[in-house]
Amino acid sequence: MLELEDLQHFLISRPPAFAARYEFLSFRQPESGRKWLSGILNKVGVAKHVGSHTPDSRWVTVAFTWNGLRALGLNEEALATFPGEFRQGMAARAEILGTTGANHPEHWMGELASSDLHAIVVLFARNAVERERCKAEHRQYLSICPGVEILSSLDLEAIPPFDYVHEHFGYRDRLSQPAIEGTGDEPGPGSGPPIKPGEFFLGYPDESGSQPALPQPEVLSRNGSYLAYLRLEEHVGAFRAFLREQGNTPEGQELIAAKLMGRWRSGAPLTLAPQRDDPALGADMQRTNNFNYGTMDPYGYGCPLGSHIRRMNPRDTASNMQQHRMIRRGGTYGPALPEGAPEDGIGRGIAAFVGCASLVRQFEFAMNVWTNDPTFHQLGNERDPFVGTQDGTFDLTIPKRPIRQKIKGLPAFTTVRGGAYFFLPGISALRYLTTLSSSSQQSESRNCDAKGCLR
Amino acid sequence: MSTQLLQEERKSAPQPSQTVEKARPNDWTTPQAMAIPKEGYFTLEPGRYGPVFPRTPACYGFSVVGKVKPGREKAIRDYGTNIESAVKADPTVLAPLKLHYLRWVLFDVGSGLHFMYQGIFDTDFDKYLEDAVAVFLKTGITTVFTNLEGWPEDWKTNVPSVIQFFRDHQCPSFLEYGEYPYVSADEVKKALAIKYAFSDMLDQMQ
Repeated sequence: MLELEDLQHFLISRPPAFAARYEFLSFRQPESGRKWLSGILNKVGVAKHVGSHTPDSRWVTVAFTWNGLRALGLNEEALATFPGEFRQGMAARAEILGTTGANHPEHWMGELASSDLHAIVVLFARNAVERERCKAEHRQYLSICPGVEILSSLDLEAIPPFDYVHEHFGYRDRLSQPAIEGTGDEPGPGSGPPIKPGEFFLGYPDESGSQPALPQPEVLSRNGSYLAYLRLEEHVGAFRAFLREQGNTPEGQELIAAKLMGRWRSGAPLTLAPQRDDPALGADMQRTNNFNYGTMDPYGYGCPLGSHIRRMNPRDTASNMQQHRMIRRGGTYGPALPEGAPEDGIGRGIAAFVGCASLVRQFEFAMNVWTNDPTFHQLGNERDPFVGTQDGTFDLTIPKRPIRQKIKGLPAFTTVRGGAYFFLPGISALRYLTTLSSSSQQSESRNCDAKGCLR
Repeated sequence: MSTQLLQEERKSAPQPSQTVEKARPNDWTTPQAMAIPKEGYFTLEPGRYGPVFPRTPACYGFSVVGKVKPGREKAIRDYGTNIESAVKADPTVLAPLKLHYLRWVLFDVGSGLHFMYQGIFDTDFDKYLEDAVAVFLKTGITTVFTNLEGWPEDWKTNVPSVIQFFRDHQCPSFLEYGEYPYVSADEVKKALAIKYAFSDMLDQMQ
């Protein structure tokens, strides 16, 4: 049974927030980091309470990099028990992820590729006004926590129209989220069975049927998750220009947009609505995921094999899908670019987290294989049209009778502006981190040796 | 005038010899051999679990060699029958491995009995390691490896240690050859399907 009272809410339930602020922190001294954490701990959202619809201002989420755990005073022996990919951090794994060229960490913003990045605090808010209040309150709190510095920050806000969730290109979002066994969430039709909690939270059985070994000490790792953060700038002007170039009519442009994504911008999947948009289908969570590819669209005449949703969730055309699912969180930043307006040079995009129990098996697999492998589905020279690293040399094949259409030299619609790996501890783990002490690092290490607790 | 146009078209049309000279990359019509450095790769390209091995004219490969624990030969040989039965019962059971061929060999060159698992397949070894391990667990292939020295005792709960075993015992080849290089199993199957479809079509037209 999931220990909802000990899980941060972040991957379980979304608070009713239309705005948020991400603050990326550095701890100059371990004691200052621990003091900051002690003071903010009672504001961290707990999974058990967030979905209860009671007025609750505790919508703060806190997560740490591996360097951050060290900066708080975790001893070296415990640090060594975390998986290699987390210890290295996202920037060091760029070649594996495929974040090369313009997406390479050397171009990232906000010191996210720096070893000085220690923590992220997410301040959720009902709206932008409330977010400003939260920012001010946190700034005031930091003023009494010398030694804790904000390396960079990002304001997030939903963009109009507000009647459905979407990103800057206009695609409906949050259509496919895994249901976790033990949370009471029932998967919608076509979404497969609920997924074992161990795929997302440490300390539980996963889809392999076993319970993977935990980083030590267990009080730190149990009920924790890993987060892969990506800040993806969306080039809305370039995207719209591409649609105009490829489609002679508004209908033709919408069809190209749908072929890139695998869904119409309304959310209606091409596999179920291959000829024309069906907004009612897109909005109907009982129908919008009720399809497969193997028997309903094996050749991609509806949904191209290389489209975004077919890569990110190949459904029945990939093996062990239950072991490759992830929970996505995040939102949009930057102002919406009005329809018809020229590109204004203002940064806008999505800043998203992927939550999982194994970065290498889940997130890195998705980036390495589904997103950036040109040979995915034997396509030969394609990458994900939105998340893949595009440099104008890759294609998109659109199966069509009698002859397929091949778009050569797909432009980059997005650029990775930053990323990091975080560990999202449970509530008890956060308390444990506040109890570390600089002088106890050695003695704690000795104690662990004596008890064998790091084995 | 039409004659003139025809002549101009002929002038600009590519000559057959030009077409032949420009061989396509990974051309299946020209047999190819590839000598591979000792490391198993030409340039170090990091994968999720270690260096990525290159695609060769013989596609991707996997040659895991391990020493058999004393007295375990029969257990390994018997498992060949298990795999035969499993594939007979479900011909798609090994499909996730994207195999062309699989060869299991037992040999003793004087230093004890060794087992070699050799697979030729179409996917990058590093990319689909977890899926391969999942198939191994599902089909019981891992049971074979439990008869080898060095197999991790906690293999049931520690997939990374299983992956490490495979990486440690992988013997990269130093020469690979393809009579029809770089052709995937799916492409072979598609070509045969087209051949039989044409045969059917011709039969229907009699």
